Amino acid sequence: MTAGLWTHWILPGIWITIQLTVYSAALATVVAFGIGMARTHRSRFVRFLAGFYTEVFRGTSALVLMFWLFFVMPGLFGWALVPMWAAVLALGLSYGAYGAEVVRGALNSVSPAQREAGVALSFTPWQRMRLILLPQAVPEMIPPFNNLLIELLKGTALVSLLGVADTSFAAYLVRLATQESAEIYTVTLGIYFVLAFVLTRGMRALERKTKAGIGITAGGVR
Amino acid sequence: MNNWDWSAVADFMPAFWDGVLVTLQVLVLGSLLSFTLGLVWAVGYRGPRWVRWPVNIVTEFIRNTPLLVQLFFFFFVLPEWGVQFSELTTGTIAIGLHYSTYTAQVYRAGIDAVPAGQWEAATALSLPVGRTWFAVILPQAIRRIVPALGNYVISMLKDTPLLAAIGVLEMLQQYKLASAETFQYTEPLTVVGVAFILIAYPASLLLRVLERRLVR
Repeated sequence: MTAGLWTHWILPGIWITIQLTVYSAALATVVAFGIGMARTHRSRFVRFLAGFYTEVFRGTSALVLMFWLFFVMPGLFGWALVPMWAAVLALGLSYGAYGAEVVRGALNSVSPAQREAGVALSFTPWQRMRLILLPQAVPEMIPPFNNLLIELLKGTALVSLLGVADTSFAAYLVRLATQESAEIYTVTLGIYFVLAFVLTRGMRALERKTKAGIGITAGGVR
Repeated sequence: MNNWDWSAVADFMPAFWDGVLVTLQVLVLGSLLSFTLGLVWAVGYRGPRWVRWPVNIVTEFIRNTPLLVQLFFFFFVLPEWGVQFSELTTGTIAIGLHYSTYTAQVYRAGIDAVPAGQWEAATALSLPVGRTWFAVILPQAIRRIVPALGNYVISMLKDTPLLAAIGVLEMLQQYKLASAETFQYTEPLTVVGVAFILIAYPASLLLRVLERRLVR
């Protein structure tokens, strides 16, 4: 592979992939906590709406959603999105729906006595959530969130089909230029593998840190 | 929602049904491949070190890299190696291989959940390795993992549109072809999106029933 292709396409492509991952993960986190907490809300209507959101966004394909946001929204509502933001929206909204299930599960796994203690101290529901439930639930969420984050990283490859110049798109162009399919695609797979490895390491560190914050040793006996 | 056109939906229907059939075909064959290959990986995880190590490395690599790039890899590289498959076969192999690394983890968990006494009993009866796996361990393991395998079938369903990228005539590719001809984008793509929900949601309900029946 020639150096020019590497610096002009692959490196910027990796940078776009990283940006996409960070933005979509941020959006997905917001959605996951919002919808996940709404699914434990005391109002039945709020729970239903949150459940409906989860089923719709988990039910459809991320790629179809991405195409829909990019090609249909402009015609239907008159909004046009830059491909990059259509991609971030599609990835964030769909992985947020998966994340919402993680948040709900972790909140439900906090011992009911903790919630009752909050009631006994006459905390408001929001105080209970913020001071009692979330600090204990968050460390539980991190391993499944790690899996989702890897899925999301791999999902960013889809944006190449909208013409965003990410790592996969760069690979496609370089293949056209050099005709060395085996090499370029092996390198590309390697790049994603390294990114996934770095993410996993980071999440493990985060897990240890949040667990230490509430006095649990990660990986230890529970 | 002022410019929704029902006749565009009707125009898209014949192509759409063709796409549904191809999607389901990929799904069935891909699932079968991922179930079989996943079992091979899972048995490999329990093998001697010279089997375990390569299996671990290969599955971790496949699991942590994007299916789309793997699709392109197979689509462009296999012909270079002199192996020529149709788009449909290439796509099915790629998706089956990718998901086999997930089902392998499911099998692994199911196999680990079989009590150690069962292994010991098989050894005590001096059963050969094959009988130990097929008559003792796997029948107990597979019952509890059917729901988890089902979840991956649903994920696989939602990944089938990726195959459009290499020209497999599944639902999304049918949309692409139809919209390129008629310039109607909104209705066909919405039909495709809704179709995924209509297949995936009842399937997930079915899995919940299955889970209650099988996992006791």
